[in-house]
Amino acid sequence: MIDQKVADASASSGGQQPQRGRRIQDAVIRLAGNSQDGIQAIGSFLARLAGRTDKDVMTYMTIPSTISGGPSIYQVRLGTGEVLSAGDDVDILVAFYQHSYNDHINTLRDGGILIYDSDNVKPDENQKRYRSVGVHITGQTVEAIGGTAKDKGKNMFVLGLLARMYDLDVPKLESMLQAYYKSKGDDVIRNVIGAFNAGYGYDIGRLTDTFKFVPSTNKTARKQVVTDGNQAIAYGALAAGIRFGAGYPITPWSSVMEILRAELPKYGGIFVQAEDELAAIAIACGASYSGHLSLTGTSGPGLSLKTEALGWAVMAEMPIVIIDVQRGGPSTGLPTNVEQSDLNIACFGGHGDSPRIVLAPSSVEDCFYVTLEAAKLAREYSCPAIVLTDQALATRVETWEMPDIAKLMQDLTPDFAPRGPNYKAYQNTVDGIAHHAPPGTPMLDGKYPVVTGLEHDETGHPASRPANHVMMVAKRRRKLQVLASRLPKAETYGPPEGNVLLVSWGSSHGPVREAVDKARAEGESVSGLNIRYIQPLQPGISEIMDGFNHIFVVELNDEGPYGYGQLAGVLRARFCNDKIVGINKTDGLPFKIREILNGMNERLKKTPGPALTHA
Amino acid sequence: MIVEAENLEVKEIRLTDRPKYTKKDLVADHPTWCPGCGDFSILSIYFKMMEKLQVPHEKITSIAGIGCSSRFPYFVNAYGVHFLHGRAAAFATGVSLMRPDLHVFVFGGDGDAFSIGGNHLTHAARKNVKMTYVIMDNFVYGLTKKQTSPTSPLGFKSKTDPTGAIDHPINPMKQLIAAGATFIARSHSHLPNHVMEMMEKAMQHDGFSVVECLSECTEFYPGAFDAANPRKGGVFNLVPAEHDATDEVAAYKLAMADFPGYFGVFYNVQRPTKNALEARLIADAKAKSENATPVELLQKTFARLS
Repeated sequence: MIDQKVADASASSGGQQPQRGRRIQDAVIRLAGNSQDGIQAIGSFLARLAGRTDKDVMTYMTIPSTISGGPSIYQVRLGTGEVLSAGDDVDILVAFYQHSYNDHINTLRDGGILIYDSDNVKPDENQKRYRSVGVHITGQTVEAIGGTAKDKGKNMFVLGLLARMYDLDVPKLESMLQAYYKSKGDDVIRNVIGAFNAGYGYDIGRLTDTFKFVPSTNKTARKQVVTDGNQAIAYGALAAGIRFGAGYPITPWSSVMEILRAELPKYGGIFVQAEDELAAIAIACGASYSGHLSLTGTSGPGLSLKTEALGWAVMAEMPIVIIDVQRGGPSTGLPTNVEQSDLNIACFGGHGDSPRIVLAPSSVEDCFYVTLEAAKLAREYSCPAIVLTDQALATRVETWEMPDIAKLMQDLTPDFAPRGPNYKAYQNTVDGIAHHAPPGTPMLDGKYPVVTGLEHDETGHPASRPANHVMMVAKRRRKLQVLASRLPKAETYGPPEGNVLLVSWGSSHGPVREAVDKARAEGESVSGLNIRYIQPLQPGISEIMDGFNHIFVVELNDEGPYGYGQLAGVLRARFCNDKIVGINKTDGLPFKIREILNGMNERLKKTPGPALTHA
Repeated sequence: MIVEAENLEVKEIRLTDRPKYTKKDLVADHPTWCPGCGDFSILSIYFKMMEKLQVPHEKITSIAGIGCSSRFPYFVNAYGVHFLHGRAAAFATGVSLMRPDLHVFVFGGDGDAFSIGGNHLTHAARKNVKMTYVIMDNFVYGLTKKQTSPTSPLGFKSKTDPTGAIDHPINPMKQLIAAGATFIARSHSHLPNHVMEMMEKAMQHDGFSVVECLSECTEFYPGAFDAANPRKGGVFNLVPAEHDATDEVAAYKLAMADFPGYFGVFYNVQRPTKNALEARLIADAKAKSENATPVELLQKTFARLS
């Protein structure tokens, strides 16, 4: 699909007349400027428009970790097919400044189009690799809406240019602008529309090709929604029936807590901004104990701090949902970049044997459903459940199918029905599962339970007898074994047997799927396997692995001293399979399709194995 | 769901028509404390107070951190939580906010309150989360067998300060006033009637109430509080009758007195609780959304996102 587009556009890059309305299936637009230029606004309007016009969209952004200023980019991939990654190469680069041009011109594909603000940028005029279109973006904006608003209106001018270039639905776009800026007053709306119209009226088609998306073939009955991953998590928690949360601000988790702080009161709930990460999880444990399943969340450094109470929740068998929006580590690391390097701490962090549930969403939509599922499992198994998302999922915007809220909404009103006699909060059941009675629940025999982090017997009383510890450790572990046996069987993307199996988790899922498509389109025998249940693992993985010559685990973390990353380590330990090798990287950016395929081919050269081609 | 519970439960606590329970019904395990430990007295006062007030049995909730005194919940036959070292106040915050029908008690020692949990105590106090925190202060780490605590006086010889403590101790009263606690009292476990009076007042207070109760560790700091025990020749100085407990500066001055200092209510003011403020946020938000159901609310949100 990408290749088709390359061929189309490069045909027109040889100096002929610009072509109007070239048919394309998708487009990758990168806007490069400074963080205060409002380029995020352009991107998010394009994304929302896509959602309303049956297009798929995925965005990708970088923001500096400083408070204001500094270079920033926003990349939007719009398409009428399935969009699974933010795109390896850029079709259109809009450069606001010389540094934007210098830093990002290499991302523009051969035959791509550079649109630059000729008031600020001097591009290389001798190159033939791409087409350059200079527009007096600053000057034209000033002309349209006056000098005072020049830095504010440039983004809307560019949005107008792009609307013309891609034949976007202007009435819809204008009504979105009107709605979005409504609260800012008529003057602002006038300037916004003025700048947009100036950009649209500039008629960029005189200077370069314009495009038209082929009509969508995958129209769905349900409406599309457009959210980022953190929104999907917050709304997933609301749908899950979670009515209490506590957190501490940390990038990139904070927006989840901001949404929940604003939304929960409407649902009769509370979100507490705690004094620190330790308190946030402690407060959440308290609310869960009180009978209301609670959520806390954080990013890397905060998870390190939360492991103490996480261990308590495992020991006390307290259901709680913990969101970890991974960022680059260790320590303060890369606060605004992506990494998948918290898997080990999520699965094993803390002292002692402390089995807990860990799930990883593979897309923005999945952030919603994984949060729902984590809440359900935490309650069912009286166990903390961690949602391991990451910065790339948290900040990118995707279109996804409107969830059926009426069907999904859970009511988790606590059950105060009298218990007993002989109620045991830690009953050693066959499957290990027992549930707490919230305070306020009458006990028919007048005996009340204590919930504790000390090793205890079935009633909750401290018990350090050797046989008791053996029994209780096994009980807590058994719950995960039972859960594993009840999970759906793992399935491959593509044939269940072949030469190469690319294993993904979390945000590497999209790029891996696209890499599989691309490799298969070129006749290679490659399939994908996404691991959504990180702990415990689903059944069927071993059998799938047996069907492949090579198993490459694609993850955004270091390959470690032995050549494989964190999930690969877990899979190796579990399956004793030394075919499992890592494709890892640590540049703080999402995987490109090319990087995955290159990694695969390099490893195949080293250990070719029997050649297999699929039918 | 939470707001309504508030009105409902007050009635239930007072108008219960079931047979009264006695303190015997509240007794669980025999305490693991050493003979003569001051904590025994606080435990029996807790039983006595509950017996007197007849808080419904299933609503008694005691939460503790780690330490000798934090074993407390195991000795009470009622809902109890043995949480992490220092973080009982944070845990209790979650319980208190979601369950206005419960009056949560937190029990712990000086290490819990002023050392490892100092931050949590400060923030639960400033937020005025409704609960009663009883700090059983023995000026020493007892469970770990005699190390210096944040309230150990200068010169106190411990296993971590064999030549005597050199770090300036915390003054609990000053700390609590500065943190913003709205009810602050000080008592002594050897004077049970006074402890009972302080605990009852603390429980009646609508907000974050603290009772620092000097509680002797007979094993590692015997005689620590004799100076305030009349039976041991000490003087039990009550807070002067003319003290204005709403005057923060006066309370601070009272806290400046040399050891053994004063006993009684140092500070007692009314400030909206976090519980009430959150309930108001909920009521306002619900009124604004015209009491939309969760399904309607979330459907509306998604409609906006489409």
